[in-house]
Amino acid sequence: MGDLLTFTDSGIYCEKGGFYVDPWRPVDRALITHGHADHARSGHAHYMATHAAAPVMRHRLGDIDLQSIDYGTVQRIGDVDVSFHPAGHVPGSAQIRIEHKGEVWVVSGDYKIEPDGFSEPFEPVTCHAFITECTFGLPVFKWQPQNNVMDQINDWWRKNAAAGRTSVLGAYALGKAQRILSAVNADIGPILTHGAVENTNDVLRAQGLILPDTIRVTPDLDLKSYSGALVVCPPSGFGSWTQRFGAQSTAFASGWMAVRGVRRRRAADRGFVMSDHADWDGLNTAIAETGAERIFVTHGYTSIFRRWLEDQGYDAQIVETEYEGDALDQTDPEIAA
Amino acid sequence: MKRFAQLFTVLDQTTKTTLKTAAMADYFRDAPDDDKLWCIALFSSRRPKRAINTTRLREWAAERAGIPLWLFEEAYPIVGDLAETISLVLPLPSNPQDHSLTHWVNYVIDLGMLEETDRKSGILKAWDQLDGVERFLFNKLITGGFRVGVSQKLMTRALAKATDQPEAQLTHKLMGNWTPATTSYHALILTDDPAADLSKPYPFYLAYQLDGEAQDLGDVTEWSAEYKWDGIRGQLILRDGQHFLWSRGEDLMTDRFPELAQLVDFVPPGTVIDGEVLAWQGDAPLPFSALQKRIGRKTVPKKLLSEAPVVLKAYDLLEWQGQDIRDWSFKKRRAQLADMIVDLPDDLPLRLSDSLTADSWQDLADQRAISRDLGAEGLMLKRLDSPYLSGRKKGDWWKWKVDPLTIDAVMIYAQSGHGRRANLFTDFTFAVWNGNDLVPFTKAYSGLTDAEFRQITQWVKKNTLQRFGPVRQVKPEHVFEIAFEGIQESTRHKSGVALRFPRMSRWRHDKPLQEANTLGDLKEMLQQYG
Ligand SMILES: [Zn+2]
Ligand SMILES: [Zn+2]
Repeated sequence: MGDLLTFTDSGIYCEKGGFYVDPWRPVDRALITHGHADHARSGHAHYMATHAAAPVMRHRLGDIDLQSIDYGTVQRIGDVDVSFHPAGHVPGSAQIRIEHKGEVWVVSGDYKIEPDGFSEPFEPVTCHAFITECTFGLPVFKWQPQNNVMDQINDWWRKNAAAGRTSVLGAYALGKAQRILSAVNADIGPILTHGAVENTNDVLRAQGLILPDTIRVTPDLDLKSYSGALVVCPPSGFGSWTQRFGAQSTAFASGWMAVRGVRRRRAADRGFVMSDHADWDGLNTAIAETGAERIFVTHGYTSIFRRWLEDQGYDAQIVETEYEGDALDQTDPEIAA
Repeated sequence: MKRFAQLFTVLDQTTKTTLKTAAMADYFRDAPDDDKLWCIALFSSRRPKRAINTTRLREWAAERAGIPLWLFEEAYPIVGDLAETISLVLPLPSNPQDHSLTHWVNYVIDLGMLEETDRKSGILKAWDQLDGVERFLFNKLITGGFRVGVSQKLMTRALAKATDQPEAQLTHKLMGNWTPATTSYHALILTDDPAADLSKPYPFYLAYQLDGEAQDLGDVTEWSAEYKWDGIRGQLILRDGQHFLWSRGEDLMTDRFPELAQLVDFVPPGTVIDGEVLAWQGDAPLPFSALQKRIGRKTVPKKLLSEAPVVLKAYDLLEWQGQDIRDWSFKKRRAQLADMIVDLPDDLPLRLSDSLTADSWQDLADQRAISRDLGAEGLMLKRLDSPYLSGRKKGDWWKWKVDPLTIDAVMIYAQSGHGRRANLFTDFTFAVWNGNDLVPFTKAYSGLTDAEFRQITQWVKKNTLQRFGPVRQVKPEHVFEIAFEGIQESTRHKSGVALRFPRMSRWRHDKPLQEANTLGDLKEMLQQYG
């Protein structure tokens, strides 16, 4: 008997269910863990995702044939039972559990285990085989509690505002940006947003998520009346787009900022270490809690992490995918236009 | 060490020199005197000797972190810095303490004197008391690799602000062989030194690169030409029986080149010479690598003095008999300089940089063509009737460099740039063939147009084989012509060579992968020009 999931050129495939998970080539039926561009691609005939992930997917992919489902609801597809479980990565993100005759496989998608107060908190799902990301699968990546990082961000903003500087913060347009907005101290000053961030804000607000008031930056916005503002934009908006704010301090929020060399190469004034992916301890905890014996590692430091898992007694393998993790250099497709 | 860590963090987080200077000046205003003195010492490369064998340190760090050594060794190159890797893998401290910078530096010095087992427990104890930046700085101190993006000059400027003293005076005070053990902040910085004015240099006049045709400069007889030597530009000051040697960056380099001291006995006081410090043997310069061994050494061991003796090749005379003569014409200054040098004994480490005679620009072009064989980088052209200006001013002085050396190489790693180019891959590693293997030998960042960078960025995204953090290993496919100014032997590089000023001069779309140059070709260039 073959494996319940196999790894093909189009993506992770479930033959018994006749579907793919987060495929990167057009397929008939795609189950999607979350709305990031490297996981939810265009061109599939039928999509399935959580209710909370659906609006962003429609916003990004247009008029797609999308069936949405609640977390925890079991759905029969072909010969398998499928359910979606919170991954704590971004609002609506899910791990996908697939069961056939008592054998359970889980595809993690992207995840983090620390609750961020915004996304549905991660829930461990027991399984026999676990397909996990390992973007930050090195023991040098250890996140601080979110409150500490938010204190640093608030403190940075407050000092800039006092000195008459705009605080320009680079964060991904879906997820990181809203996570920061929802946790930042909005009493410090006005918050301005890049169009790509604000578009996502609109979508998430419409589905009931709470964000502080933000002002979309448009060419005719009178920037002078927003001195001491916090500006949230995608990392790729840095440079020509941010010039308009005059005296400013720039910062990135990303897990890569844990490494001094990366921080310095990015040439921003500050680097806040905040990721929507699990850190080293997070990955190890999540894997242990699944109780799985077989582990497949996808994007990240796969060869190192696989060897580590094998040292820990797991049957671990690398799966080549086209997921990009928290790639700092990735062009944000949402603002390419 | 919290206060010092805070200073380090500010310095590390900004690229703006004004912010760096302000942060340092604040530190020099409010830190305890002992800590200020250590801060000055650390920022002027007077760090304590490395106390620990780094192999041991890696084992201890992995052990304390509860990870296998192989995993530590895998993480290290990705982080790129040993001190940082250690501070990141260790668990949080169970016994955090706030001791002064001086406490920790002395702790590190004491560690160096202990037996290995005691040393280990001393380090584990320190790791358990420090966190974050402080732990990182401690590791930098024990591995002897403490460096910050702050020049001694910038530090001196901050000190000048904090203490209301002229910068030049402080520069002078900071020279010499002091250590925090032999002096105090008060004696070193706050006590006045009447000799400071004696050492004061003139601002350097800097030449522009000649991009057009030399003949466009007009009549060749209105110009003086000489070889452009590849050493360290320096200003030698001889006043009142003392001598001082300044670099172009206004670092005082007197102690690094002790052989120049004897000039005091031969050159009349009240003389200032602009020239080039070169490692020199017989009639020719030694490769730049010989001089490099002497840069960055505060004291020079005897062996090195005989292996890489230096001379000052004199270009110009700025002060004569105590008079500032910078407004004399170059012709007159040169004549005076030549006059003075001709009377000196031949074996003194002061030589005139010879003027080339030429009837035509073609004549000069021919002489320029052989510069590399003489160990020079090209020609310097100076207008005969020009005064000695300060800074970089166009018109009277030109660098007329020889064409660079080139080699065709294969791109194997790519990394994104910064600032405006953060979204593009601009930093590349190149390799040459060694049999069927590609051996990396240089990095290059510049030389392509924005359009070419965009094109290669698209390609890199689709042809990444493996990622190491921000670095991507790419499919060997593209050949680039790498231009560089010089080549030297290097034990730090796998290829055994290091290039000077490498850049991408051409994207060789026309060259198949297999036709890139070989390690053998590089070694041959090393033979010829190294
Ligand atoms: Zn994602
Ligand atoms: Zn992903």
